[in-house]
Amino acid sequence: MIQVENVSLKHRSTPILHDISLEIPKGGITALIGPNGAGKSSLLSLIARLQPLQVGKISIEGFPVDTTPNRDLAKIIAILRQDSIVTSRLRVRELVGFGRFPHGRGRLTAEDQAIIDQSLQQFDLTDLADRFIETLSGGQRQRALVAMAFAQGTDYLLLDEPLNNLDMYFARELMRSLRKIADGKGKTVVIVLHDINQAGFYADRIVAMKTGRVVADGAPSELLTPETLHAIFGFEMRVETIDGIPMVVHLR
Amino acid sequence: MRDRRLLCLGAAALVCIAAYMSIGLRGNLGFVLTLRATKLAALIQVSVSIAISTVIFQTVTNNRILTPAIMGLDALYLFGQMLLVFLFGGVGYAALDPQIKFGGEVLLLMGLATSLLLPMLRHRTDMGLMLLAGVIFGVFFRSLQSLLARLVDPNDFAVAQSMSFANFNNVRTDLLIFATILTAIAAVIAWRARHVLDIVALGADSAIGLGVTWTRTVTGLLLLVSALVAVSTALVGPIAFFGLLVVAAAERIVDSRRHAILVPAAALTAVIILVGGQTLFQHGLGNSSTLGVVIEFAGGLAFLILLFLGSRR
Repeated sequence: MIQVENVSLKHRSTPILHDISLEIPKGGITALIGPNGAGKSSLLSLIARLQPLQVGKISIEGFPVDTTPNRDLAKIIAILRQDSIVTSRLRVRELVGFGRFPHGRGRLTAEDQAIIDQSLQQFDLTDLADRFIETLSGGQRQRALVAMAFAQGTDYLLLDEPLNNLDMYFARELMRSLRKIADGKGKTVVIVLHDINQAGFYADRIVAMKTGRVVADGAPSELLTPETLHAIFGFEMRVETIDGIPMVVHLR
Repeated sequence: MRDRRLLCLGAAALVCIAAYMSIGLRGNLGFVLTLRATKLAALIQVSVSIAISTVIFQTVTNNRILTPAIMGLDALYLFGQMLLVFLFGGVGYAALDPQIKFGGEVLLLMGLATSLLLPMLRHRTDMGLMLLAGVIFGVFFRSLQSLLARLVDPNDFAVAQSMSFANFNNVRTDLLIFATILTAIAAVIAWRARHVLDIVALGADSAIGLGVTWTRTVTGLLLLVSALVAVSTALVGPIAFFGLLVVAAAERIVDSRRHAILVPAAALTAVIILVGGQTLFQHGLGNSSTLGVVIEFAGGLAFLILLFLGSRR
């Protein structure tokens, strides 16, 4: 379980997060949605201890993120950021292999190799395994980064807008893979999404943020209503149910 | 395949070393060989320390055109030297025990460099700003140095002058043992950290996500870099672009940025260029030019090419 208690964050004097408290139980997919600048990425990077905690407490499986050794946390939680830097002259297989670093500090066992192969396969990267990262397209690179986070093999996976640059096919594939590991392996996925319909279809729970506060929280069917959506994004949308799936029509 | 390329580099380095030791032997063999071996040891150390320090520095700062020298680290070292001449006078400076002096300088440089660079890395200062800050550091410490040079008396100035140019013909052999120990320790640390360095190269966020204790690791690596810069600057004087040239060449030869391969490849490339170049200049060209100038010229070109190719990362 991820426990966030009374967390606030300021960047210089600009407040980013106001007194956020949130519990994410183990298992399932939680989608974070909200307009730009709502503080979704900041919350995610605080949970993943990429930024120091200023006010409040965050713990994962009972381990406080600010005092638990980083090495131990890396076996529990993996994060994929929006703007991950990728050094050049690095092959896809090597990058995915870095995901195993927390386990063997760089020495790859046969088991590690098997996990790397599996991650490559899962994201359709087997053919690209020996290509240099800088020769890949944005979407392929994004898949390689997701595969690296997968290979880390943690129970908790935080993904900050992983659908960026992905075409419809791979966006669907990624969401299906996430669903599969959440259902089959009991993993916990927290994902920042901008496509509200992806969130509605694949997530078990949606947490909506706006100007540094949690403004709505619940199952997709409760949350995806014209009123709530208007409160979050500030314009009218229609919600239709097709084959039992709530679809938000937000184009007009 | 990469291992084979590494072996080729190793073989080429051995050939250069053999040539350096054997070409044009005349007179008292024992004397000549001892003289050459001492110089060779110094050249190899300079190669290794510049190669390792540049690779690590580029990894930590996450780009390919920064080197410790471009960030003004050797200017800082020379300023420290000048300060000593200023405080103790030329005679006093010469009378200081070279090993104690060197040890003190290494520690001082490590402290200063870390306190200057760490805040920038903590705040994730972007590349352009880092480069600019480095150039300004360099100019600042060079200006301070020349200010002090104007204040000392002419005899002391001559002492100070001799240390501010790169010179491969006249290496400081009195520091050799001390420097050897330091370089060896640094090389061992760098080798043991090779996997961590691969992760650090991914940037702060990814590295933290993969369980690297960022601030502590980066501080340690910067301390290592400053110690290595002090070694090479003390032995032969400041050389700005050599590290850049060596690492860029090594990276292309072995076609990898994995540190397990890149670190030894860069060190071997440096040995080939420095020892091979020195052999060529001494015997082939009859000392008609100085290696330092040629290396700086080639390195400067490599710097410009890297800039034009836009490999800013």
